[in-house]
Amino acid sequence: MTASNSVSATPWSDTDGQKPLVELRGVTKKFGDVTAVDNIDLDIYAGELFCLLGGSGCGKSTLLRMLAGFESLNSGSIKIDGVDMSDVPAYDRPTNMMFQSYALFPHMSVAKNIAFGLQQDRVPKNDIADRVQDILKLVELQDYGKRKPSQLSGGQRQRVALARALVKQPKLLLLDEPLAALDKKLRKHTQFELANIQEKVGVTFVVVTHDQEEAMTLSSRMAVMDAGRLQQIGTPTEVYEFPESRFVADFIGSANIFEGRVTEDGADHVRVQTDVCDVFIDHGQSVKEGGKIWVALRPEKIHITKSDTPVTGENQVSGVVDDIGYLGETSIYKILLPNDQIIDVTAPNQTRPMNRQHLITWEDKVNISWEPSSAMLLTS
Amino acid sequence: MRKLNDNWRLITVAIPFAWLLIFFLAPFFIVAKISLAELAIASPPFTQMIEWADSGIMTIRIVFDNFIYIFEDDLYRNTYLNSLKISVTSTLICLLFGYPIAYAIVRSGPVAKPILLFCIILPFWTSFLLRVYAWMGLLADQGTINNILIAIGVIDEPIRMLYTEFAVYIGIVYTYMPFMILPLYANMEKLDGSLNEAAADLGSRPTNTFFKVTLPLTIPGIVAGCLLVFIPATGEYVIPDLLGGGNVQMIGRVLFNEFSRNSDWPVAAAVAIVLLFLLVLPIMVFQYFQGRSSGQG
Repeated sequence: MTASNSVSATPWSDTDGQKPLVELRGVTKKFGDVTAVDNIDLDIYAGELFCLLGGSGCGKSTLLRMLAGFESLNSGSIKIDGVDMSDVPAYDRPTNMMFQSYALFPHMSVAKNIAFGLQQDRVPKNDIADRVQDILKLVELQDYGKRKPSQLSGGQRQRVALARALVKQPKLLLLDEPLAALDKKLRKHTQFELANIQEKVGVTFVVVTHDQEEAMTLSSRMAVMDAGRLQQIGTPTEVYEFPESRFVADFIGSANIFEGRVTEDGADHVRVQTDVCDVFIDHGQSVKEGGKIWVALRPEKIHITKSDTPVTGENQVSGVVDDIGYLGETSIYKILLPNDQIIDVTAPNQTRPMNRQHLITWEDKVNISWEPSSAMLLTS
Repeated sequence: MRKLNDNWRLITVAIPFAWLLIFFLAPFFIVAKISLAELAIASPPFTQMIEWADSGIMTIRIVFDNFIYIFEDDLYRNTYLNSLKISVTSTLICLLFGYPIAYAIVRSGPVAKPILLFCIILPFWTSFLLRVYAWMGLLADQGTINNILIAIGVIDEPIRMLYTEFAVYIGIVYTYMPFMILPLYANMEKLDGSLNEAAADLGSRPTNTFFKVTLPLTIPGIVAGCLLVFIPATGEYVIPDLLGGGNVQMIGRVLFNEFSRNSDWPVAAAVAIVLLFLLVLPIMVFQYFQGRSSGQG
């Protein structure tokens, strides 16, 4: 990655000197009685690949359409590059959008589809031809300019849609589920390609997706959305390793959640009492002593050992294997704990089972434990 | 199993072929045969094409006089041209009004849309003939429209509307408008709404988007609608007869007069054959367009 020296590579982490490219303040959109987007504040910085992640109906597409100018705001404001967008129609905005359905013009060739936006800007004819060729090269479709969209495969259409949206060099590129229509294998490949293209052209991307893996792979920062609100904003690592709420912990990856009470709140540690065991966390976190709290544990961060001697104590508990899901590279163990709660534990299958018999199997007594740094505290 | 499949395929192909043969091709050949005969005092009133003499010799008699007569007589030529003029103009008027109506229906909300569509189809519940008679009542010198205009003082004496070309236009445009709107509606309904948004997103203003995106993509609907209006309007008989009276010559009326009043079946048949070829031409153009657009996928 080559970031120029004048601009910080991660402007969002050092917000003092940086002016955000997109500023959303109190953005609200209602459809009848339903509040699709509820009082959202958000800054997106130039050069970011920002993902809006959420389930269907969470308001992420509406938010994207408001940035593009297809939906009006009930209240709040959107500024792009310092300019208030409330009176700017879609055709005058410095944004371009890649539609989920691609919305390629079926009566125009690939080259004409891409040239359409440039013609609206009255770019000279020769320049149009050059820029169309350049962008076709970028998406590796140089020889497809004369084809009609109906003569292309799904993956090729996706790249034409991307090229058409990119060719005008918008300040902000909006992508609505850009990979949803592709099959799984192509999608994985395209995720990296999309990120590479974004890096190459340097345009700010806002991607809407319901696929958490896609969001994690693509984004420099992401926002998890639910019921019209932003639940958490951060880098993929921040959101995954430091979720703030049960919703986020459970939505991104999976999490075993125990309810508990803070018994110790030190500067360098927190202790929580749960009905499974006492949980010790080796770093400080601002929580209220005695208050109700939730502890979340990622399945892959739990160690599992087969053992007939039960254990009690901090960060460890005994259980019985209730069910096993064998996925090849890993296995998911459903462990029944003494308090009747069943938790997920994943473990890599690092040794090949002898006699086709796995080391840990149904009804085995096991001990599970985790590092003091692994448990995540959730305040809501 | 394969045998069964083959039989089914044969049946599915044979049914439309049989239909066309019985209801289109056979009548066409009968009419064509009559058009090549001569008027005769007989029943039916024309000479037979094939006659068997007592000696067993077969004579085939084909006369082209009827066609020569039609092409040489100004009456027929002018009537054909007048019919084409009226049907082309009516088609264009239908398109001019039908296109925005279809567009508005497509864009209307989920409550309004079925109601509007129902209103378009509603006239079919009443007999076509009855509706044309109703227009006579509206357009007559002592009719509803003139009476109202006189009552509110806009005019002093009735405007002559019935038995003019204007009345024929009113009748044709009114009658055939649904045939323009419905194919256009079906075409527009299929269009992906995000295409308009994509055009706007790329910097195109609404008017430009209409001419560059919407209009080109609705050409199949325009062609279908225009043919559905143009073809029956050209041969229209009832409307020019009832609303145009003797003042508006259209080929349908001439054909009817030849057939029933003059009892000249051969000339009437020749008029019909010429009309058929006049109408086959636009159908072939339509087929060409359809083939091209389906080739695009």
